[in-house]
Amino acid sequence: MEIKLTLNGKAVAAAVEPDLLLLDFVRAQGCYSVKRGCETANCGLCTVLMDGKPVLSCSVLAARASGHEIWTLEGLQEEAEEFVGFIADQGAEQCGFCNPGFVMNTIALLRENPEPSDEEIKAFLSGNLCRCSGYEGQLRGIRAYLDWKKGVREDGTGL
Amino acid sequence: MLSFNQYVRARSLEEAYTLCQKKRNVVLGGMLWLKMQRRSVGTVIDLCNLGLDQIEETPEAYRIGAMVSLRELETHEGLNAFTQGAMAEALKDIVGVQFRNVATLGGSIYGRFGFSDVLTLFLALDAKVELYHAGILSVEEFLNYPRTERDILAHVLIPKEGRRTVYLSMRNTATDFPVLTCALSGQGNQYRCVVGARPKPAKVYADEKGNLAEGINPESAAAFAKDVAARAEFGSNLRGSAAYREKLCEVLVRRAALALAEESEWR
Repeated sequence: MEIKLTLNGKAVAAAVEPDLLLLDFVRAQGCYSVKRGCETANCGLCTVLMDGKPVLSCSVLAARASGHEIWTLEGLQEEAEEFVGFIADQGAEQCGFCNPGFVMNTIALLRENPEPSDEEIKAFLSGNLCRCSGYEGQLRGIRAYLDWKKGVREDGTGL
Repeated sequence: MLSFNQYVRARSLEEAYTLCQKKRNVVLGGMLWLKMQRRSVGTVIDLCNLGLDQIEETPEAYRIGAMVSLRELETHEGLNAFTQGAMAEALKDIVGVQFRNVATLGGSIYGRFGFSDVLTLFLALDAKVELYHAGILSVEEFLNYPRTERDILAHVLIPKEGRRTVYLSMRNTATDFPVLTCALSGQGNQYRCVVGARPKPAKVYADEKGNLAEGINPESAAAFAKDVAARAEFGSNLRGSAAYREKLCEVLVRRAALALAEESEWR
């Protein structure tokens, strides 16, 4: 069957099998940041934005995504760049496999709630599993980024 | 792994209903549970183009389309005000935001899953389902509606009856299935206590002995909780034994009753 969607800002049309998952579709389009993890809709590795909302691409049909706007980390490098360094500075990742899913969901969080509390960060990111860390590093990284941003807003230095 | 030959975006409920009559065809909700099954089906029927993704409010009820996501319910201001926050409380621990953006209300109710937080809350709210063919049934009636009736769930209705509601659950691990769920709603001196994840599907328990008739206080809440725990049937699975669930039930129901009383004082 034919599907048409927007992937990272570009119109894409393709012939797909009816039961093809969005995860496999975006990877076939070269978006390798989107990972296959648990396959039980639990780990968040396959997170993409569909019409701006974070969804599990392992659980969305490519056919259902037809007509919608899909963004993966490949298309959001600039937006991610601002805060991923803060996460890295905290040594939050070890193997890094979960990182793209975390970053995608963090983008969704900060768009929805630009100044989240620690509890709100934990709640929003609870669907992203990391088998290496205890999540504290990611939390510290996002908190450091938010504190830096607040500094930029208040005195223009970010210090 | 779910595999199928054909994907159809239904253009009407009639088309969806007609297609659904074939036993090899299946209606898609969020597809989260469905895709976990090792199953080969003929046609999957998608309701995503039928305008069933809206939450409408009338003076009498909230009318919620079957394709509304759990996340939309969780963040809906009107529904949270109406349920005193029980809506968000019931949904916030279901896996993660990305999951709840995909999972639908229709799929959650239609499945009548034993582990369902959604079913527990909607039973306490005395919600109704609007089936395309059979019409309106209470969610409680729908629990026993034959699965062989291949009807289409189009909307869920929450009557605005001035209920006060409290939702509690116990999980071994955050975002896991619950070990036990409990929702308690009160309207005047009438109470609907629902206990779910027993691990059988949720069930309604009324205050048959009138334990709460004279008001809710620590003693009456404890007596009510003891009575519900004694009447409810529990089973065992890897998350907990029947005996553990019975103990949990007594604790959750008592806490829910006290929270309901406290909530009422603030109104």
